Amino acid sequence: MTELPTSTAKKLGLVIDLDTCVGCHACVISCKGWNTENYGAPLSDQNAYSGAASGTFLNRVHSYEVQPPMLRDEPQPAQLIHFPKSCLHCDDAPCVTVCPTGASYKRSEDGIVLVNEQDCIGCGLCAWACPYGARELDAKEGVMKKCTLCVDRIYNENLPEEDRQPACVRTCPSNARHFGDLADPESDVSILVAERGGFDLMPEQGTKPTNKYLPPRPKDVEPEYDILAPYLDPIAADGKGLIGWLDKALSALPGGAK
Amino acid sequence: MHPAPSVILFTTFSGLGFGLLFWLGINPNPPTGWVAFAFFAIAYLGAAGGLLASTFHLGHPERAIKAFSQWKTSWLSREGICAVATLLIMGLYGAGLVFFGAHWSLLGWLGAVGALATVFTTSMIYAQLKTVPRWNHWTTPALFLGLSLAGGALLSGKVTVTLGLLVLTGALQAFAWFHGDGRFLASGTTMKTATGLGHIGEVRAFEPPHTGTNYLMREFIHVVGRKHAMQLRIIALVLGFALPVLLLAASFSHWLALLAVVSHVIGILTLRWLFFAQAEHVVGLYYGKR
Repeated sequence: MTELPTSTAKKLGLVIDLDTCVGCHACVISCKGWNTENYGAPLSDQNAYSGAASGTFLNRVHSYEVQPPMLRDEPQPAQLIHFPKSCLHCDDAPCVTVCPTGASYKRSEDGIVLVNEQDCIGCGLCAWACPYGARELDAKEGVMKKCTLCVDRIYNENLPEEDRQPACVRTCPSNARHFGDLADPESDVSILVAERGGFDLMPEQGTKPTNKYLPPRPKDVEPEYDILAPYLDPIAADGKGLIGWLDKALSALPGGAK
Repeated sequence: MHPAPSVILFTTFSGLGFGLLFWLGINPNPPTGWVAFAFFAIAYLGAAGGLLASTFHLGHPERAIKAFSQWKTSWLSREGICAVATLLIMGLYGAGLVFFGAHWSLLGWLGAVGALATVFTTSMIYAQLKTVPRWNHWTTPALFLGLSLAGGALLSGKVTVTLGLLVLTGALQAFAWFHGDGRFLASGTTMKTATGLGHIGEVRAFEPPHTGTNYLMREFIHVVGRKHAMQLRIIALVLGFALPVLLLAASFSHWLALLAVVSHVIGILTLRWLFFAQAEHVVGLYYGKR
C-alpha cells in the first residue's frame, strides 16, 4: 500500500553543502554510472551524440547566481552557487500517496523512498506530485526512475566498508555531500545540520524533506589591514617634481584629464 | 504542464460520457429500445473511449490492472475503480432499457452517483497537486462536475437544464481563470524558497544542469501556448458556452442541437488544452522558468 509509514526507525538522507560544492558534476556521473549498471532499469539516453541529447538522471547540478543587495551604497559582487539536487526522501512524500499501483513506497526501517519497477505503469503522476523534480520517467523503459540513496551500496557487505555510501557521496571531491541518519541527533550529519543551519527546500510545500542543505558561508569583508593607514598621507595624490610637471603639462593639452 | 493530446481527449470525452450517463441514470422516463441504444452508445463511446485514450500516455498500459489497488490514498486508483464500477452498473441498466424495455431505476440512480463520483475523482487527481497552484483549488472539481453535467444534459436533450448549467459553468470557468492567474504567486513558492538562497539576495538561474532538455522540462515547462491564452479563453467561452446557449434558446431543432453539441465540444477541447498549457508546476523555478 502507498500509505506512508507513521514513523521510520531511521531517516537516512543526504546533507549537501552549498558552500563547498564546486559544481564539477562528478556526483551526476557517478550516480548515473552506478544506477545504470546495477539495480533496476538502466538510465537511458536519447540521441546521445546529437545536438538534441536528452537522458534520465537521478541527480542534477544546477548553478545559480545570487545578487546580494548594495552594502553602504556599494554594489556587491554576485555569488555563484552550485546546487546539486536529487530525491530528498521526504517524510510526507506526496509522490508515494498518489501512486495508483503501490509501486512507490517509503520504507519504514530507514525512510528511503523507492519505486518497485515491476509494478510501475508509468503514469507519471508521482513526478507531477514532486515539487523538486526528483523523479524522471525513463523514455526507453517507460518506468519511473528516482534516487534510491544507493540502497544497493549502503547495505552491501560485498563492498569494502568505505564504499557503503551513496555513489554521489563517495565520489564527491570537495566533500560537499554527506550521508547519514538524520533521525539520530548525535549522528555526524545531524550535528552538521545543527551547527551550519541546514535548511529544507520549499518548506511551504509541506513535504518535510529528510535531505538538508547547508547555506554558503558569508563572504569575508575586506579587512582594514593597516591600523595606521587612516593617519598616513595617501600616495602621490599631488605629484611633485618631474611627475608634478608632467601631470600639469598633460592636463594642459587639449582633452587632457584634469 | 505539457498538454498531452491523450489526456485532453480523455478529460473532454469521458467527462461528456459520464455526464450523459448521469442524466440517463436519473431519468424517470428513460428512452427504451433503439433510442436507448443510441444514447448509451454515445455515452459509452465518450466514457470508455476517453478512458482508453488516457491509457495511451502510460509507460506500461499492460499493467493497468494494478492501478485498482491503492484506493486508500490514490485519487487515480479511486478514479479507475469508480469508472469501471459505473460502466458495469450502467451497462446492466442500459441492457434493461435496450433489450427488455425494463426501467430498473435503483440501478440507474446508483450508476448516476457512480458517474458523478468518477468525474469528481478525476478532478481530484489534478486538484490534489500542491505543486500546481492553478489546479490546487476547489474550482477544479467544481468545474469538472459542472462541465460534465452541462455537456451530459446537452447530449441528453434537456434544453432548460442545459441552458442553466451552461451559463453557470461558463461563469465558473471565467472565475476559475481569473482567480487562477494569481495563485502561483499566492502559493508563496518562489526561486528563493526553492533554493533556500533568498537570504543572500536575488536568485537567478545561471546555468542549467545539462545542455539539452529533459523529462522534467518537457513535462512541466510548457510556454508555447500561453502567449495566446486570452484569445483561446474567449474562443472557449464563445464556442463552449455562449454559442450553444444561443442555438438552444433560439428554437429547438435537432440540427441546431447538433450544431450546439459540435460547438460545445470544440469549446471544451480548447478549454481543456488551456487547463494543461496554462498550469505551471513549481519545479520550473529550479530552471528559472514557469
